[in-house]
Amino acid sequence: MSQPVMVSGKLTTPGGSAMKKGRWTYLDNVRRNPGPFVSEEFTGSEEAVTASERVKVFGAGGLGCEILKNLALSGFQDIHVIDMDTIDVSNLNRQFLFRASDVGSSKAECAARFVEKRVKGCSITPHNCKIQDKDDDFYMQFNIIICGLDSIEARRWINSTLVNLVDPENEDSLKPLIDGGTEGFKGQARVIFPTMTSCIECQLDMHAPRAAVPLCTLASIPRQPEHCIEWAHIIAWENEKPFPALDNDDPEHITWLFQKALARAKEFNISGVTYSLTQGVVKNIIPAIASTNAIIAASCCNEAFKIATQTNPCLGFEENYMMYTGDAGVYTYTFKHEKKDDCPVCGNLARDLEVDPNLTLEEFIASLAERAEAQLKKPSIRAEKTLYMQSPPSLEEQTRPNLIKKIGELVGNGDEIGVTDPSLGAVNFKYRLKFSKEYRGNAIETASAS
Amino acid sequence: MTEVILDQTPPILHGPSAKEKKYDRQLRLWAATGQKALEDSHVLLLNSGSGTVGVEALKNLVLPGIGKFTIADDMIVEEVDLGMSKASPFTSEKQEKSIGELFEHDKFTLIMYSLPIKAENLAIVQDYTKRHKVPAISIHSAGFYSYFKIHLPGSFPIVDTHPDISATTDLRLLSPWPELSQFAEGLTENLEDQSLHDHGHIPYVVILLHYLARWKEAHGTLPSNFKEKTAFRSTVAAGMRTDNAEGGEENFEEAVGAVVKTISLPSLSSSVREVFGYQPDETESSTSFWVIADAIKTFHTKHNALPLPGSVPDMKAQSTVYVQLQNIYKAKARQDAAEVLETVRSHPGGKDIPATEVELFCKNAAFIKLIHGTTSASSILEVAKAEFANDESAALTQMPLSLLPIYLSLGATSHVNSATASDIVAKIGKDIPEADSNPSIVNAAEEVARANGGELHNISALTGGMVAQEVIKIITKQYIPIDNTCIFDGITSRTQVLRT
Ligand SMILES: [Zn+2]
Repeated sequence: MSQPVMVSGKLTTPGGSAMKKGRWTYLDNVRRNPGPFVSEEFTGSEEAVTASERVKVFGAGGLGCEILKNLALSGFQDIHVIDMDTIDVSNLNRQFLFRASDVGSSKAECAARFVEKRVKGCSITPHNCKIQDKDDDFYMQFNIIICGLDSIEARRWINSTLVNLVDPENEDSLKPLIDGGTEGFKGQARVIFPTMTSCIECQLDMHAPRAAVPLCTLASIPRQPEHCIEWAHIIAWENEKPFPALDNDDPEHITWLFQKALARAKEFNISGVTYSLTQGVVKNIIPAIASTNAIIAASCCNEAFKIATQTNPCLGFEENYMMYTGDAGVYTYTFKHEKKDDCPVCGNLARDLEVDPNLTLEEFIASLAERAEAQLKKPSIRAEKTLYMQSPPSLEEQTRPNLIKKIGELVGNGDEIGVTDPSLGAVNFKYRLKFSKEYRGNAIETASAS
Repeated sequence: MTEVILDQTPPILHGPSAKEKKYDRQLRLWAATGQKALEDSHVLLLNSGSGTVGVEALKNLVLPGIGKFTIADDMIVEEVDLGMSKASPFTSEKQEKSIGELFEHDKFTLIMYSLPIKAENLAIVQDYTKRHKVPAISIHSAGFYSYFKIHLPGSFPIVDTHPDISATTDLRLLSPWPELSQFAEGLTENLEDQSLHDHGHIPYVVILLHYLARWKEAHGTLPSNFKEKTAFRSTVAAGMRTDNAEGGEENFEEAVGAVVKTISLPSLSSSVREVFGYQPDETESSTSFWVIADAIKTFHTKHNALPLPGSVPDMKAQSTVYVQLQNIYKAKARQDAAEVLETVRSHPGGKDIPATEVELFCKNAAFIKLIHGTTSASSILEVAKAEFANDESAALTQMPLSLLPIYLSLGATSHVNSATASDIVAKIGKDIPEADSNPSIVNAAEEVARANGGELHNISALTGGMVAQEVIKIITKQYIPIDNTCIFDGITSRTQVLRT
């Protein structure tokens, strides 16, 4: 079933320079006339009014449709969009630029084509790839970056990339980053001036990872339907390998997991395993609706518009974070998140980390994944010398023996370590280790290692 | 909620239906019941001015699947039937009708109208919504500002409010019923002699019940104040074994962590007290909500507690023991619901109320909510006085300034396309003396005048998103709508909800 497009009335605007004046009257009201809150730099001159038309914007992620439409209808004329995904049928409940016939096509290309056709004079360049596939030179060409990314890893990558891009000698190297995200009726929008204001890495602990269910619960004492599904997903699949590789989008694979989970639930008298829940747990599905996407995408684009046109103060240097909650009434909390001096991306101080020196390096690495402020899945670690490197393979092999050694054996109390994770870009944690217990040593293991 | 989705799932091997696939991300929020309500609805958008905000709101309703909508733009009326079941995607019919004619024939579920609006059209809408008891939302977006206001035709009660899951734990540890006490005693016999494995797998509910019983033996009463609870927590912590490999026990840690939250007497929330205190009028009192609410009130008077919701949070335990514990809570919840159902059945209007509706009500009893709907009894002057008094202490309390001046300034242009700042301030001055000496009002008026009645796309898209959320909440009768005005400031990126 095709989706009727509701914005047609506003999107079908005639092009041509003759129409240009009339077309943007509603923007010109605020671009030409000063308001009570504008800064002294506001001039309202022809030069300033058309400035936003020369601003090059970059957009990415699940809020893409809304962001593209909003930017195009706010007078931005040079927009790039990046999205590696193809259109799925479950996108049609909120991504209004797509029809059922578009399922399977590239999101970036489809959205770009649609908006370009409807808003004359607006150029939209699609990139059908991951944000990580582009290099510094690519990002250097933009003036503003807007992201509605759904993964925290991608957010951390673009954040560290933009912080690293800043060259104090070159004003143009500072790219404001506007980030939005939604979950159900809730969402947030934030503005970051890389190196100057609190960055995504500074704010990482606001998005703490969900604690994983212990493996022993899954293996021997399941109590919830989710435990049965995770068991099917992690344990039964590995044991039985019904298909060569698990494809979350293949209904046959999900059905297999669902039936495994259902059988296990029956065995333990647990109710509540459904196909929908199975899919939700396995794919880590976050509920999403059109209206929340509209709110957050528009909030991001409103900030971009204010930055580009100076028609009013933007979020960033004072308040920089807007939290939106719509499930019980409507509530926004707009506040200033402070920059952290010990931020692994935009700070330079080491932060203290309490650690049990009797943990092995491998256990310590695993614990970094669960720490709210770290959330590192594949970290490499160095102290005075390299302790463990994930890549290249030769270095990994060379450093692998350290994994079974105790922390107390490898470093001393008060030593500084550096933790990096190339999949997140230029993230570099500096930790000063504080031993929480006495190091007991381990004569047996040391002996066997030598 | 998951059970409802389960009912909708076709035979296992076929997986979800096409509709379930398309709407998967929202069915997780409002389930099949909410989706059905959306699909049965017919929304009218009465547009005037440039109208972006109304169209944006409508877009966010068409996407999740409302059944039918009508756009009336001055004289042109377009009716679109999205016919979910029909073969053709949708039918659209355009015709010229006057606003008056429009209301002669159609029955709408909800009306959205954008401001500014001609006074005579507004009168027609208000007359219609009053006569047919139809909810309406007025929306005004200009420049960086907007507001919307919900006009509910009467009291609007909600059962399925979707409270935060962490708030819903109700374990009744201070007033256990015999089955629960016996179960706890059975698991904690000879506690000291239990094997490491058994001791480490006693559910924390049972641990707490055990130590509460011991506490009562020693003190004669249960721990009630903060000091006693802290002491009680230490007693529980002292029961933890530390001579094992982990140096502690997860279940005891859970028990210690749950003391403050679970060892407290149940008290009614202010919204439940409001429902109990409300006097429904004649038409209202025969609706299922008020019949069940009355039965629950009777239950509460008799037992000094609401019906037990019956869910048990996850906790460290053996599978079989946990399931047994779940069943004890479920059985009690069923028993309580049966008692409420009996009262409902004895009510003249309660014969045909489905038992499932009573059960759902009992499960959510602690979180039911009543929105009054009628316009505030206090005048705009009183509202303003309260808001501006707050503003005076804003520097101390670090609270943001009131957004009421935005509402007042937009309100001054409810029937005109644009106005000068001084006109706006003068208009506000009719209700609020000395408006011209209030800098917040003067600034807001200047900002509204600056926009010259023009909508900024982002502000209207954002406002349209919020309006759509409210429409969904009203149509599905799930979650909690605002009461009753939401003001948005696109300069500071803030909202404020006020009763006006
Ligand atoms: Zn930072």
